[in-house]
Amino acid sequence: MAITLTHYLVLASVLFVIGLIGVMRRKNLLMLFFATEILLNATNIAFAAISHYIGDLSGQMFAFFIIAIAASEVAIGLGLLIVWYKRTGKIDLDQMNSMRG
Amino acid sequence: MFEAIAFYLFAALTIVMFTITVMTSQALYAITAMAAGMIFISAFFFILGADFLGAIQIIVYTGAVMALYAFGMMFFDTTRNVVEKRTNPRIVFVLGVLAAVMVVAIFVAPIVSNNIQALYPIQENVGNSQAVGMVLFTKYLVPFELAAVMLLVAMIGGIVLAGKKMDKSLTLMKEEEIDGLDEGFEPEAGGH
Repeated sequence: MAITLTHYLVLASVLFVIGLIGVMRRKNLLMLFFATEILLNATNIAFAAISHYIGDLSGQMFAFFIIAIAASEVAIGLGLLIVWYKRTGKIDLDQMNSMRG
Repeated sequence: MFEAIAFYLFAALTIVMFTITVMTSQALYAITAMAAGMIFISAFFFILGADFLGAIQIIVYTGAVMALYAFGMMFFDTTRNVVEKRTNPRIVFVLGVLAAVMVVAIFVAPIVSNNIQALYPIQENVGNSQAVGMVLFTKYLVPFELAAVMLLVAMIGGIVLAGKKMDKSLTLMKEEEIDGLDEGFEPEAGGH
């Protein structure tokens, strides 16, 4: 039984849905970052699979750039998160309502 | 046959690991399962013949990103259980519909893409890393340089954000004291 492109796309969409569930149910910002990493990885699998089955390297290139973007996002996001935690002592989403006045 | 066994094994492992990451209430379990899931995802890249991408996945995700998360978690109170949010059902409904539409789009994509020509066909007698290098440094040179600049900006931003006033505990200070810190800090930095 051969593994086709559809198998990989189903896997990628399942992982993406897992990540979406995480984004929807997490309140802790660190856990939210984990869920976004899952989303990015699911798209990476889809890109690599399409790249392999079409025989084009562009998909792998996009996966590389997604990895670069994920690394930058983690650096900036964790920096902001540490600053916020130092000021308030909490990283819960519901308490970030200081702009409401 | 071997490919099928490997695919199903790693698919099950990845789904289980990421489900643990999303569902657990312990932050340490979440980060450990996350790191394992990243390693298992690199197996798919090796199966698909994208060797360089698999190596990059292991190095960047489990080497750099996970280490950064572990470093960041040292600042936070991770022994406490993570409390979950009571979500608005309307938001969940809208997001669920959007996710369903997107899944349909993903499944339709291979049907549409049957008549797509490969712009950069994978050559037979060249390894994956060499082929990636040839495409990356010709067609994708400008995005590559932009990604390098973006990573530099992110690195400087991370250092500035996390490393500023590391010797003072901002948690124990009032808002006015923190603002006073900024004002006392600016003249020597800005020089006006």
